[in-house]
Amino acid sequence: MSVSAISDDRSTLKSRLRRAERVQRLRAIGLVLPLFLFILIVFVTPIIILMTRAVDNPEIADSLPLTSAALANWDRTDIPGEDVFAAFAVDLVAAQKNKATGLIGKRLNYEMPGTRSKVLQAGRAAEKLTAAPYKEAFLKIDPLWGEIETWKVLERASHRNTSFYLLKAVDLQCSADDEIVNVAPDQALFRDVFIRTLGISTLVTVATLLLGFPLAYMLATLPPKHSNILMILVLLPFWTSLLVRTTAWVVLLQTEGPINDLLLFLGLTDERLQLIFSRFGTVVAMTHIQLPFTLLPIYSVMRTISPNYVRAARSLGAGPFHAFWTIYFPQTMPGIAAGCLLTFILSLGYYITPALVGGPTDQMISYFVALYTNKELNWGQASALGTILLMATLVLYAVYNRLVGIDKMKLG
Amino acid sequence: MMALPPYASPLERLWRVAFILLCALVLLFLISPILAIMPLSFNSEPYFTYPMPGLSMKWYADFFQDPRWLDSVRASVFIAVCTTGLSMVFGTLAALGLSRSNFPHRALVMAFLISPMIVPVVITAVGMYLFFATLGFNNTYFGIILAHTALATPFVVITVTATLIGFDQSLIRAGASLGAPPMTVFRKVTFPLILPGMISGALFAFITSFDEVVVVLFIASPDQRTLPKQMFSGIREQISPTIAAAATLLIISAALMLVTVELLRRRSERLRGISS
Repeated sequence: MSVSAISDDRSTLKSRLRRAERVQRLRAIGLVLPLFLFILIVFVTPIIILMTRAVDNPEIADSLPLTSAALANWDRTDIPGEDVFAAFAVDLVAAQKNKATGLIGKRLNYEMPGTRSKVLQAGRAAEKLTAAPYKEAFLKIDPLWGEIETWKVLERASHRNTSFYLLKAVDLQCSADDEIVNVAPDQALFRDVFIRTLGISTLVTVATLLLGFPLAYMLATLPPKHSNILMILVLLPFWTSLLVRTTAWVVLLQTEGPINDLLLFLGLTDERLQLIFSRFGTVVAMTHIQLPFTLLPIYSVMRTISPNYVRAARSLGAGPFHAFWTIYFPQTMPGIAAGCLLTFILSLGYYITPALVGGPTDQMISYFVALYTNKELNWGQASALGTILLMATLVLYAVYNRLVGIDKMKLG
Repeated sequence: MMALPPYASPLERLWRVAFILLCALVLLFLISPILAIMPLSFNSEPYFTYPMPGLSMKWYADFFQDPRWLDSVRASVFIAVCTTGLSMVFGTLAALGLSRSNFPHRALVMAFLISPMIVPVVITAVGMYLFFATLGFNNTYFGIILAHTALATPFVVITVTATLIGFDQSLIRAGASLGAPPMTVFRKVTFPLILPGMISGALFAFITSFDEVVVVLFIASPDQRTLPKQMFSGIREQISPTIAAAATLLIISAALMLVTVELLRRRSERLRGISS
């Protein structure tokens, strides 16, 4: 140490500084590493699993392995030959033993509604088949097995990866001629749901802006003594549980509830209105919950705007509205962008509030993700819908990061 | 509100009255649902209409005597306390690391660590349900606590990072140059300064876990009932005034937390010399 200190010159000093900085940086990384790994394992891994489930397609390949292999050589121009049917018979007998025919039927049913029972029937019948010709035997069991369409669907479903769920999530499907076409109008569902999700989110964002901007302006320009008290009124709902606020709206919006009482009392309506389980109720409750998220970023930007700019404009002859619109308003844009973007992103993922306050036609995409997970047990479809929602959210989150910067995010 | 200048025109004065009226209505919109539900929990009849025929504490008696409600509170408190402890450790360490000026790719790492706040919670819930199924964590408190920690830690990172903005790093160097070992510097210098942020973060983490219902709906077993889950299923079946009583208790605890956080924030700003 002392030797090197004596023989010190610029380059060694530089390298020692660099080494010290490297140690510092490693220490900083070491502090962040536990959380980084925790999020990676507990949060990112599940999401990656969800995304792989959207294209994962193991049912047919696992339960009908010989058929899948035989179909790989099929030319797709005519009904498959005896080899495929023979393999199918062997597979079905094995599947019947493993109780996997239900799984095959369920998977086929996604693409060809009504075929589930026919697969079960074929499974039971296959056990009695002992000798060739299998093809003839299956055609006798049900004409379904004599249709080329059935085998095209089975062939497509026998691959380990599928675009079926993702296509279905935007109401598309692979046709018999392997072209991507719209699904039948009576089965189309999800495009409407995505449009509805975007529509409700936009409506909520605009409503929170229209209500939040004036209030933010008032709070930012009042003396702190008064604004601090009024701020409590904004922050208390912010701190109150989302479920509690949703409960409050469920109570208020009931047909026999306080809002209808008030409307009747004021004579604004003659009969009780259907407010709960409606689009109106959903948007009102969501606006109430999101209002602080839009308001607070606008408020913190407004607090930094000096009143001198507007005063200068007024002294130069601008009218009050002109001065506000051309001088003050543009300066609030960063806050508006931050607040609206945050509210829009969070609105896209709403589940609890529409589920409790909305009707069947007011449910957003998250509801269907939950439905396909819990009720239909169709995890492929749930994952595909979730993946699309996730992508939309992440793109907007990236925009938020570029425009606002994540470290500018404040709570309360 | 800036006082109107003396040269304000009549139109301007009228506009100002309309503006104040609008703001009052927005404030009313914000606060009235919360205020309206509280008295209804004292209704003597199981309806949600005003005027109330009489007052009664029976819904509270219901709440405090029903083992299902009490067990759900106990489960929620247990999960929230464990979640808070874990997310405090992870979040505070990460915030300390992120606040070092030479941290590489700071914005990107921060965006990554905050992402559980942004990703729709249903997606997180389904993903964890699929992931935990392979590990056997579904239907366990351990799984719920892990999931809640992932959701709550971003709040700790944000609040503690906020107290570290404007944190004078030379204070640490001063402590070290006077011969204090790093742990002593942390205990005597850093810790007191970031303590308000840590407490705010702890409250945010606690309330995030205590209020969370979606993940619990997916990964908890039917007999693992937390308070929000109990409320959620109650609202779905038949909304009863006992739910209003539970909501009232939650509103009161939220108000207490809000006051605590506000006082801490002011104290922290005073300590760091940022007057508001």
